Amino acid sequence: MSKLIVSDLTCQRGYNELFSNLSFELNSGEILKISGANGSGKTSLLKILAGLNSAESGRLSINNNKAGSYDYQSDIFYLGHLPALSPELHCKENLDYLTQLSTSSSNQELDDALTNVGLKNFENEYAANLSAGQKRRVVLSALFITQSKVWLLDEPFTALDADGINVIETQITKHCDDGGICVLTTHQKCNLPSLRTLVL
Amino acid sequence: MNIFTKTLTRDLKMSLRNPSSFLNPLLFFVIAISLFPLAISPESHTLSNIAPGIVWVTCMLSVLLSLNALFHYDYDNGVLEQMVISHHSLPLILLAKTIAHWLLTGLPIILLSPLLGMTLFLDTKSIYVLMLTLLLATPSLSLIGAIGASLIVGIKNSGMLLSLLILPLYIPILIFSTSAVSQSQFNLPINGQLYFLASILLISLMTSPFVSALALKTSLD
Repeated sequence: MSKLIVSDLTCQRGYNELFSNLSFELNSGEILKISGANGSGKTSLLKILAGLNSAESGRLSINNNKAGSYDYQSDIFYLGHLPALSPELHCKENLDYLTQLSTSSSNQELDDALTNVGLKNFENEYAANLSAGQKRRVVLSALFITQSKVWLLDEPFTALDADGINVIETQITKHCDDGGICVLTTHQKCNLPSLRTLVL
Repeated sequence: MNIFTKTLTRDLKMSLRNPSSFLNPLLFFVIAISLFPLAISPESHTLSNIAPGIVWVTCMLSVLLSLNALFHYDYDNGVLEQMVISHHSLPLILLAKTIAHWLLTGLPIILLSPLLGMTLFLDTKSIYVLMLTLLLATPSLSLIGAIGASLIVGIKNSGMLLSLLILPLYIPILIFSTSAVSQSQFNLPINGQLYFLASILLISLMTSPFVSALALKTSLD
């Protein structure tokens, strides 16, 4: 059982207060979709949850482990707007390093993950040669490897085709069925079960 | 393979596949030094007198040239974010990146220095001392430079800012290194300078990864 607790979170960027006293709890199996207008603080919230940005005030914990602690950061898997791929590395090398930062991965797991997102013969292709959708698929293939309990996905479906969206939705559903938690932002309609929505 | 080795091999692999990233500073080092005999004087006595200063100033500038790339590309493509939020030790990851930087910048400079020392008419003993000072001090240049590079990581066109931040910290290294090579030309003892360079290296090694990690977290916040 995992539990993400967010209490009294306040975020300010420059002179703008994006949100204040935001509180919610997520238990194993729950998916939270954060929605709101552009600039409402969706990405800022995810970055705060990931431990990348600091909030003005408030508390965060996963199973009573505070943000920034080893256990908290081990439980987090964050994918942001940026591709998180180095153009000089092959798809498999990129995926290997990306997953190594959060968990360990075997050679077979890397191959299987790329196959799952439809990039079976792209293991040795340079990331620089991929389309935007293919780059997104490589990064999202890490979802098939990571052992982290809480996934934080910022616009995961951007640049993906219908088939790609379906694959990722299925993986998110499987993760939550296995007791995981997912927080995502998207402007697209999702076919995800037990979806809660938070409007900023 | 642990995260230190993974990061080191990743950075070396990336640089070797994009050789201009480390060849440009190295070419600058070679070209700048080769121009001094043409511009000042081809006379051996003049050149050997100013050789320690020429080699060391050029070395510092070429390291400075390469520092912008230390975190810049990883910041642009989002890998740096992943490093910062990883549960692995960020100082350890940054130490691996800094060592990779030294292997591709400092080490080639050390290996080229005997050849360039000869073109500036340095005697054999002084070339040996020059290599020793470079071996002791170029890792410090990379380590101290990593602090500056992590402070300016989100700022565009920050080359001048990096120079202003880092060059004052390089001055003690410049003074002790050039002094060691100059004194060796007159057969004077150089132990003091070498001890100072070794101390700077040890202090940089112990503090730089932690300060860089803190600076990087602040820059990304």
